Amino acid sequence: MGMFRIEEADRPHIVRLLIIWVILSAIGIVAVLLINYPPYDQTVQGQDQASTLRLLTVLATPVFIGVVMMTVYSAIYFRRTTTELVDGPPALGNTPVQIAWVAISAILVLFLAVVGIATLSSENVAQAVGQPGRAIGQSGGQTGSATSSSGGPELQVQVIAQQWYFTYRYADYGGVETTHLYLPVDRPVELHVTSLDIIHSFWAYQLGVKADANPGVDNIFHVTPQKTGSFQVRCAELCGLWHGHMADSSGQVVSQSDFDTWIAQQQTDFDTIAKAVPSYAPFYFPEPKLKAG
Amino acid sequence: MVVSERRLAIPNNLITGILLAIPAYFAGVWLGTLFGLDDDQNTGVILGYLLATVAFLAGVGFLNYPLERLFGWRVTPIADPVENAGIGRFFRLSLDHKVIGIQYLVTILLMLLFGGIGAMLIRTSLLVPDSTITPAGQYIALIGLHSVMMIFITSAVIVGPFGNYLVPLMIGARRMAFPRLEALSFWVVPPAAVILAAATFWGGFPTGWTGYPPLSEQAGQGMDSYIVGFALIAVALVTSGVNMLATIIGLRAPGMTWTRLPIFVWGIFTTSILGLLAAPVLASALIMLGMDRTLNTTFYVASNGGSNYLWENLFWFFGHPEVYIFILPAFGIIMEIVPHFARKPLWGYRTGVVGLFGVALLSWFVWQHHLFVSGIAPVLRPFYMLSTELISIPTGIIFLVTLGTLWRARVWFTVPMLFCLGFLFNFLIGGISGVYLSDVPTDVTLHGSYFSMAHFHYTIMGGEIFALMAAAYYWLPKMTGKMLSPLLGRIHFWWMFIAFNSTFFPLFIIGLLNMPRRVASYNPDLVGLNRWVTISAYFLFGSMVLFAGNLIYSWFFVSRPALANPWHARSLEWQVPTPVPARNFDRVPVIVGGPYDYGIPNARPVADLGGMVGATGGG
Repeated sequence: MGMFRIEEADRPHIVRLLIIWVILSAIGIVAVLLINYPPYDQTVQGQDQASTLRLLTVLATPVFIGVVMMTVYSAIYFRRTTTELVDGPPALGNTPVQIAWVAISAILVLFLAVVGIATLSSENVAQAVGQPGRAIGQSGGQTGSATSSSGGPELQVQVIAQQWYFTYRYADYGGVETTHLYLPVDRPVELHVTSLDIIHSFWAYQLGVKADANPGVDNIFHVTPQKTGSFQVRCAELCGLWHGHMADSSGQVVSQSDFDTWIAQQQTDFDTIAKAVPSYAPFYFPEPKLKAG
Repeated sequence: MVVSERRLAIPNNLITGILLAIPAYFAGVWLGTLFGLDDDQNTGVILGYLLATVAFLAGVGFLNYPLERLFGWRVTPIADPVENAGIGRFFRLSLDHKVIGIQYLVTILLMLLFGGIGAMLIRTSLLVPDSTITPAGQYIALIGLHSVMMIFITSAVIVGPFGNYLVPLMIGARRMAFPRLEALSFWVVPPAAVILAAATFWGGFPTGWTGYPPLSEQAGQGMDSYIVGFALIAVALVTSGVNMLATIIGLRAPGMTWTRLPIFVWGIFTTSILGLLAAPVLASALIMLGMDRTLNTTFYVASNGGSNYLWENLFWFFGHPEVYIFILPAFGIIMEIVPHFARKPLWGYRTGVVGLFGVALLSWFVWQHHLFVSGIAPVLRPFYMLSTELISIPTGIIFLVTLGTLWRARVWFTVPMLFCLGFLFNFLIGGISGVYLSDVPTDVTLHGSYFSMAHFHYTIMGGEIFALMAAAYYWLPKMTGKMLSPLLGRIHFWWMFIAFNSTFFPLFIIGLLNMPRRVASYNPDLVGLNRWVTISAYFLFGSMVLFAGNLIYSWFFVSRPALANPWHARSLEWQVPTPVPARNFDRVPVIVGGPYDYGIPNARPVADLGGMVGATGGG
């Protein structure tokens, strides 16, 4: 088209830069592909997040290398060699180059957005990043199972945050409450995250789940464990004095039979208390504070 | 109407301001105890802070002019910079933009020391994975004080000292459009800093800079410092924004067309729009928080019909433009300084201005990316993901313009230039890591972790503070009349650059490895990395001490004055003598050339200064 007419003086720089960029980018991309990205592969959703993280890093690598290379190259090759002050060539700009730069960055960004939205609308990730929290009063009395979005027997677990620990309530098992989260492998789980006092955030790192716990709101996240093993739970929203201690490293993904044994034991332990508490509520106020409708 | 010869006879300076503020505070506490609805003193403390601030401003002299006008007395001529010479002018209400710039500079550097010591204490606490060095309560108090103090600083650290000092000089004006508003935008900052620091007496506040209710409603009286201090910073942003916009629009010298405007002024212009429009949202959110805490309203109380999402939305509707309030002047500095040392015109000037406006515009449409995992409606997420990622286009333009200016340049490696190149490296990492956070699937892991903490330190400290250092080495010779030592400057740059990256890059990894922000105790597996970061942070603090030493040494102990134009720069602010005359220009200059016309044959000097002798550059 003749738009990108390259000046004779620019040619050696451009050739040199292109060669360096291609080589370094290739090395960089191979290097970042070797990294094992969190949150690893304990759940279907976590695995999708890890692959998005890998994709972003692969795309970012040539961009990072390109800009750093240009900066360092300018510092080396375009530094003044004379002792006197001399002016450079009075280039005021180059419209095709500017258009190309904006176009390339726009394509990259739109590609990322399209990939992001596609991942987001795919079943797994859409579930992993949750469903709308409902304000108190909007859906009062609705049972947990009615909010299940996909077919199949999703395990209903309510995550109840308070200063400064999480309690887990298994709605399908008579509302048994535990202080550690146990999940059966290969079974979809619907997490209903709420809080009794202030905002917390339920972060199960290896599960690829992070959900804010808001008082009076049922924040729903879905997760499907695919590997057994332990996982960590931490609070990820500053919640006061013992925020740093609001952690539990004994979360477990276990086989269905181990889970059945465990939950039976929990039910036995909890039996007397369970009679006194309601079986399930989408959000959880031990003492309802709502003054008026 | 007869003008009376009477005038207010009371002296006005910093001391009278403080003397009035102290009894006013106790009067406020007393009133609050008398009439407050709660018995927890929040009403008293908030009233005390507000009355103390008003009394301080009155003591400094802000009420003189309106009172004199109101009663028809003779107006005290505090506006005349010539009568207001000597060191004392820095401790009084001055309407001279140059005095205000210096007042701002010193105040903010003192605040930076406070915030920096806070950071060192935080890092010291993290030497061990449990909270044995610093108890958990003190740790979150430190987090709150460090973060909010740093937000105060970074809101004003470029616009305050450099914007106020330089904008009139750069556009050929002899003063600001609204000098009283300009002075107010400075004089509310010291009370804001003192009120924030006063939170220490109440044990600090537990919410960090985000102040999320219901935690902030549960918090003790330290929270009141957050509310009043932050609201005063909102006042500073609004008054500064109005003044800057009016000055840049209305007081440009003849011939200073929009396309000849130095790009730094464009940076101030765009940031002023954001400050003017965003800060009132913060102020209203803070007023509601204050009312919840004192008048028992329930704006943010879910169980009584309010919603904590109201705060989250209002706060981030302010909060995201706020971070561009930090960075737009920094973009302006980089694009301003690079041409002078590349000895080339700014490459793609108009594109650069479009980039600044693009960032400013898009910054209004991204705030809910802070709420991706909060339980917002999922249908909103793709929009905020897209809008956030779109911001990288205008930001990329800033890089393009800078790299284009460096292309085949004759780079003069001065200390400011080194900091500009350091900015490019740091901000690149800050920007790319921002894309990770904008992407919803990856944000699930990264949100609220040390990854996001590393991200915003790369943009704010690696970006804005590096730009601040470039500005300091570049413009302080004009402002203080003394060159900063280039040798110490070079050591400072390399020391700070290496220590900064060594401090903050490992934090990305720590975040990816499951460490949330703002925790006093963490997974013991991460103790090695955290110790590395802490040691690096000490070195980083050391580099800032070196800068302070260089500043004090060259400002007060070097007798050799700086040249009027040590960088042989073309732009207008370097064409006036050093020290800058009281009225800036003998007569209003006529602008006849662009500020960056290096290497252009027969380029005209930037302005006809009417016989004033100044160094000329370029040509």
